Amino acid sequence: MKSFLGAVVAIALWATAPLAARAQTVEIEYWQYFFKERVQAVDALIKSFEAANPGIRVKHTHFPYAQYQTKVAAAVPAGEGPDVVQLYYGWLEEYRKANLIAPLPKDQFDPATIEKEFFPIVKAMKADGAYWGLPTAVRSLALFYNRKLMSEAGLDPTKPPTTLDALIAQAGKLVKRDAGGNLLTAGLTVGPISQDHHWWREVLVRQFGGQPFSDDNRKIAYDAPAGIAAMQFYHDIAGRNRLTTFGFMDESHAAFRAGRAGFHIDGSFRIGTFQVVRNLDWGVAELPAHQGVQSNFASYWVNGVSSKTQGAKREAAMKFLRHLVSDEAMQLWLKTVGELPAKPSVALTDANRNDPVYGPFIMGLAYSRTTEFVNEVKQRQIFLDMIDRIDIKKMPVQEAIRIAAQEEQALLDEFFRR
Amino acid sequence: MRDWYGSRSVGQKQALWAWIFLALPLFFFIAIRLAPTGYTGYVSLTEWNLLRPKRFVGFDNYARLWRDPVFWQVLGNTFKYLLIGTPISLLLSFLVAYYLDQVRFLQGLIRALYFIPFLTTAAAMAWVWRWFYQPVPIGIFNLILVDLGFAQQPFLRSTSQALGAVLAPAIWAGLGFQVVVFLAGLRAIPDTYYEAARIDGVGRWTILREITLPLLRPTILFLVVVSSIGFLRIFDKVYNMTVDGKGGPLNSTRPLVLNIYELAFVDYRMGYAAAQTMVLFAILLFVTLIQLRAMRAR
Repeated sequence: MKSFLGAVVAIALWATAPLAARAQTVEIEYWQYFFKERVQAVDALIKSFEAANPGIRVKHTHFPYAQYQTKVAAAVPAGEGPDVVQLYYGWLEEYRKANLIAPLPKDQFDPATIEKEFFPIVKAMKADGAYWGLPTAVRSLALFYNRKLMSEAGLDPTKPPTTLDALIAQAGKLVKRDAGGNLLTAGLTVGPISQDHHWWREVLVRQFGGQPFSDDNRKIAYDAPAGIAAMQFYHDIAGRNRLTTFGFMDESHAAFRAGRAGFHIDGSFRIGTFQVVRNLDWGVAELPAHQGVQSNFASYWVNGVSSKTQGAKREAAMKFLRHLVSDEAMQLWLKTVGELPAKPSVALTDANRNDPVYGPFIMGLAYSRTTEFVNEVKQRQIFLDMIDRIDIKKMPVQEAIRIAAQEEQALLDEFFRR
Repeated sequence: MRDWYGSRSVGQKQALWAWIFLALPLFFFIAIRLAPTGYTGYVSLTEWNLLRPKRFVGFDNYARLWRDPVFWQVLGNTFKYLLIGTPISLLLSFLVAYYLDQVRFLQGLIRALYFIPFLTTAAAMAWVWRWFYQPVPIGIFNLILVDLGFAQQPFLRSTSQALGAVLAPAIWAGLGFQVVVFLAGLRAIPDTYYEAARIDGVGRWTILREITLPLLRPTILFLVVVSSIGFLRIFDKVYNMTVDGKGGPLNSTRPLVLNIYELAFVDYRMGYAAAQTMVLFAILLFVTLIQLRAMRAR
């Protein structure tokens, strides 16, 4: 009997102790998708945040990327899930329209200050006079080149091409074929499923004198001579210039990784992929210019606060969000994840700018643009289908562009009608 | 309560217990199978992207489906998988089983070899085949073609070859199972029939046509049902073998199930996906009913 009473007392004590602690501690939940370095970075940021704010605990939850959007889309409307959530910038508009995320209070996140401090691409996160999410880091594109292949072909590996014409000319010297004419090493890769739809939209179309969308982002503008010329140039990489074939080595970065491609255009998140390959002697350069025009594509993930989060939790969430977009967080993110700081003051330091690997990506940020996607997955698929029509079905470029523009316009119209 | 139970007859008690034991699977069936089916029917009459409340739109989704060229294309692909895959896989597995039945030496080993692909994870197998189909320097099929002096084939990067290229590993993977079932069916035919036929001096072809095939009818029907449903629901091979799992190029390999998955979990058009699911449900029901009837006709 005595031991029974003792047990009851022990259980009662055990059960009430956390209650007492809970009265002072606010727990908030943070969600992101699983990517080893990102998880490590956020764990480190939570640690420093909790040390500075003893009353707040942050629970860190992550899912595989493939399930991430589905989980977020199912949990947030049900009032479950995260208080602070990481979203792809292209999803934000839909979440905002559905009232799932809250605007960031202007007294803590002053729009004018944000616009002064962050790269201008972040402006896409502004609506109704307030910001709805902010990134820790951004990514941009650059040209990866294989130094060994360049030396072997008699090119100077310290002078990668700076214009599209030079790129095509140099890449032509790196192509290797077997006796039957089958491609063994590509001069320049094409990766429609990788970053090429960004390269084409925001870089090539502009370099050929056009623009991908109208200024208000509601009309397709690439169905014009500039867009056609840009697509012709892009398809000629594999077509007329025979620098590669579509589908060579299955994925373009696999070809570069295996040392079977001279030049490769990809995002800063690919640095880690190549860094771990031994005997791959590679460098990074800014994207080649054309007709004097430089352009780049930047994308990012933002942190937003769920609209269901209220009261003390909301305050804690805003505080944590400020920590996530602080200068220290950005520098840590660059070191841990390899993604670039979202503020010029942090990104454009001399050390970062002169870094042989990050430097070209950071320089690209200064003139980069962001596509305001309404449905990134679908819009990318339209680009992939356009390439297949030209490459497999041998459809004239002009016609393939026209079909793609119609499909994408329908997508935009549907989005803005809602 | 105890009095009430005690005053029941034995028959009533037995019936009561039968219902208690049946209740669990019945509950399971209603909660896990029937209710979601009914709910899907309701969702198919709405427009819903998970983020915002459902909006009732009547039969709009079905009307849209009728006008959607992609829907008709994926429906066509689904039937291509069914109408090419089922006969070829049945013919191949019957041939293998028929000749395997006549050898005794190493039969177990050979049977196991045929069965191994069936045990292999579909995703891993699909990726290996995906690489088989690559152009040189990594694709083994093209390396062989080039070595023999033929031109490279695009396989998965062709709108005309891709469906066949995806179907091949699907047939190959299912072969082991069908061979084993056919072998069991062949063994079940009494030897006396064959002995009698041989005494009468009947040829091999006639024995096959007049004895073996008619007596294998239940086995064949079972395999037709199982493999038809399998090909109608093909997903994993297409998802893993095509670029981004989209069933390309230009939807030429996309089956209905993959289209539903894309609509629901990539585009978040739950209502439209549910409408296509109802169509798939109707097709599966129809095919199964026909086959059950054929089976009963025996």
